[in-house]
Amino acid sequence: MDCIVIDDDATARLIIKKLCLKSELINVIEEFSSAIDAIKYLNNKTIDLVFLDIHMPTFSGFDFIKTLKNPPKIVLTTSDTNHALEAFEFKSVVDYLVKPVTEKRFNSSLEKLFTFSNPVEIGAEDKIKSDFLYVNVDRRLVKVDIPSIYLVEAKGDYISIKTDTKNYLVHSTLKKIEDKLPSNMFIKIHRSYIINFSQIIDIEEYSVLIRKSVIPVSRSKKNELMKKLNLL
Amino acid sequence: MEQPNLSVIKEIAGDDLDFQNSILEIMKAEFFEEVKLYKENFLKQNYLETSNDVHKLKHKISLLGLTKDFELAAELELSLKKNDYKLHQNFLEILNKIHVYLYD
Repeated sequence: MDCIVIDDDATARLIIKKLCLKSELINVIEEFSSAIDAIKYLNNKTIDLVFLDIHMPTFSGFDFIKTLKNPPKIVLTTSDTNHALEAFEFKSVVDYLVKPVTEKRFNSSLEKLFTFSNPVEIGAEDKIKSDFLYVNVDRRLVKVDIPSIYLVEAKGDYISIKTDTKNYLVHSTLKKIEDKLPSNMFIKIHRSYIINFSQIIDIEEYSVLIRKSVIPVSRSKKNELMKKLNLL
Repeated sequence: MEQPNLSVIKEIAGDDLDFQNSILEIMKAEFFEEVKLYKENFLKQNYLETSNDVHKLKHKISLLGLTKDFELAAELELSLKKNDYKLHQNFLEILNKIHVYLYD
């Protein structure tokens, strides 16, 4: 099982890394002192598990979880016990380790980890994480409110994200953002366009009007689009 | 008065002396910088940042088996968020005690 360790405390990271090494079950492939750096890393990598500190300056462990559309299994690490209730509101959270983490406690966490199964139903966490996403703009992670997005357009190696208030040009693919957007709000209607179908003004045979933009609809996507609309 | 000790580090690392030593080495490196930051932020009266500094130091205090001192640190962490720093002097004494243990 591949994991990353996120903690602003180097001593805490070292302890987790060593305990993983001793267990021979967990492979630490990267460590981060900042959750934002970890998010950037996870834009291009897939891992099975995160050991995640809750209390970090500027961007907490909880902020990190809320940012991920499909978070991996997470074991929270903290010096405090008073976040436990909040922690288990997140379905991806398998365990909650109070620092300093002993080998015995770590191993009992691994037992939980290997018996943990991801629930299928949509829960509170999915609702939280679908509210916004972070996009990389000029080396800054900018928070974008998902419901405010009305159009995403592929532009070569970039995508243009259009929202109620601002447009963003982001180095990414349509496929990547499609995976991050909730399917009950967005649909890919053409190889170059994803739309927020709640914001459609009108539809012609193979085009839709969103705001002031007329967007083409692929023949193969027309039926799928019509099924999502509340037709009289 | 509690004294820093290796009981917790030994509980974490078991008989692995390299593991014990690497924890101590990294603690030494981090502790010095974190104390410096704590003092700087305190002087600037930036108590929210100071509270965050205490939070990081708390982990090291607990690693050195200082249970009661950890409780005082936790109380200071919370009170600093309300601009209350009456435990600052007691905390400095804890930091000095750890400094002596780690570096002397």
